[in-house]
Amino acid sequence: MTATAVIADEVALPRKRSRVLSKFLKNKSAVVGGAIVLFFILAALIGPYLAPYDPIKPSFTSIRKPPSELFWFGTDELGRDMLSRMLWGARASIMAGVVSVFIAIVLGVPFGLIAGYFGGWIDASISRATDAMLAIPFLIFAIALAAFLGPSLTNAMIAIGLSAMPIFIRLTRGQVLTVKAEDFVEGARAIGLPDFWIMARYIFPNVLPPILVQGTLTIATAIIAEASLSFLGLGQQPPNPSWGSMLNTAKNFMDQAPWMSIFPGSAIFLIVLGFNLLGDGLRDALDPREQ
Amino acid sequence: MLRYIGRRILIAIPTLIIVSLLVFALQKLLPGDPVLTMAGEERDPQVLEYLRQKYRLDDPIPVQYFAWIGSALTGNLGISLRTDIPVLDLIMSKLPVTLELAIMAMIVALAIGIPAGIISAVKKGTAVDYTANVIALSGLSIPNFWLGIMLIMLISVRWQLLPASGYVPPTEDLWLNIKTMIMPAFVLGTGLAASLMRHTRSAMLGVMRSDYIRTARAKGLLSRKVILKHALRNALIPIVTLSTLLFGELLAGAVLTEQIFTIPGFGKLIVDAVFNRDYAVVQGVVLCTAVGFIFMNLLADVLYVLVNPRLRHSA
Repeated sequence: MTATAVIADEVALPRKRSRVLSKFLKNKSAVVGGAIVLFFILAALIGPYLAPYDPIKPSFTSIRKPPSELFWFGTDELGRDMLSRMLWGARASIMAGVVSVFIAIVLGVPFGLIAGYFGGWIDASISRATDAMLAIPFLIFAIALAAFLGPSLTNAMIAIGLSAMPIFIRLTRGQVLTVKAEDFVEGARAIGLPDFWIMARYIFPNVLPPILVQGTLTIATAIIAEASLSFLGLGQQPPNPSWGSMLNTAKNFMDQAPWMSIFPGSAIFLIVLGFNLLGDGLRDALDPREQ
Repeated sequence: MLRYIGRRILIAIPTLIIVSLLVFALQKLLPGDPVLTMAGEERDPQVLEYLRQKYRLDDPIPVQYFAWIGSALTGNLGISLRTDIPVLDLIMSKLPVTLELAIMAMIVALAIGIPAGIISAVKKGTAVDYTANVIALSGLSIPNFWLGIMLIMLISVRWQLLPASGYVPPTEDLWLNIKTMIMPAFVLGTGLAASLMRHTRSAMLGVMRSDYIRTARAKGLLSRKVILKHALRNALIPIVTLSTLLFGELLAGAVLTEQIFTIPGFGKLIVDAVFNRDYAVVQGVVLCTAVGFIFMNLLADVLYVLVNPRLRHSA
């Protein structure tokens, strides 16, 4: 690469970044999504320090109190403050979403890179294994894994991460097939660079944007999956709060204490909507056809 | 065409083998001695020894796998530890309930998703389009178990219009069956309707940009005729196959829906089995779901070729 080309590349990159950013900022729904996600992340990070009450300690004098000045979101069947439990639950739900997608990306992307880059029997074997994993519906696979690993938030995250992994293998493989036909990859091969280096330095950065978009959308799915597993009793274990486990208890008090269902459910809905809006916005901003 | 179907079946075979390996590997995830976990609180050495022999746990793993898959191929998925009923019989007794729920949910999804997608595409960029998109995205974001709880709270508890839970077979009382299943079907179908709406919208937008639609309009055909007869027919091709593939999602969604509405189906079976540590049932349900999904995938491939004349000729 000549010096001019390097300088041109270095100038073009920030320009491309600012174009993507300005396109993203122009998309109102994406900005709303980003704001919702940011709000919940802040709630998860600093919320527990602001929580007005202990989220675990029962208080038998304030069982199932409706929302009031003392308890903004009411109390649950053991007299625990719903707002404090929601703030602590935000940490569990967001952490589950992010960590499980991280597991899925860290395991899935290398397999996708290897399958797409090497092709042949390696690709065929990885692709068939991916097909097999995709054949088991996401939630059923996660339930089965959580059942065999044992019910806990950590195991739920592992289960969701492993269930989401094939999505990233397939996506990365497809992207690699397109990128590896590009001239710069051919050039890197021609000068004898090792395969690992070509994959890490030349292919991976080019397949990253769709992975980020899919990652954002999968966090939404993973949050629902964690809530579903906790709702079934296979995720966060009592007395520790998570929005899904709070709903599991709330379903027994639908008539007497509707606030026990309304607040955690709305929180799950809002954060998932936020991640979906953010993911859609990122996809539009990063889509080269739209630029 | 037959050769095409044969090729697809051949490709499905290795996938099925890997699925069986995955399902078999599940029991190897059990922490510690699997026999102790399977036996629960039972600690009688004779029972433990019986279980060890029954599941061939002293044999090498490949021997265990071939014994398990050999039985599975003959329809023997093991015996439920808790009910003492063969797993396959249990699954077959629960499957019709879940299939009824899935079919009703699919009808709800198609009835809402396709018209909404068409209207949204035809009215692209208008308030109708934005509203439809917001509703669709909300439908995708709402956890269906929460929607179920909210609907029970309103429709069953407050207004007392529909039963909150339970199941009555259609052969016993068709009207009561519909009354008990309509709310779960709506809950299960909502997410799917949103997904179908988004796909229909994007397929319709793609088709409506084509030359033959421009020609049809230039010929002076009525707008309704252009949309329904020319555009929709072609836009429906990917939707037909998508609906088949979404069936897997329906089965997964049924797990939670059946739990909330206490419907004794396939989904409730796996959840109960998980809590009863009835691992043979968990494995059986996962295996049957995966085999069903691979079959639906195969059906989707064949349907795609059948409904698309260009592909039909090349296949």
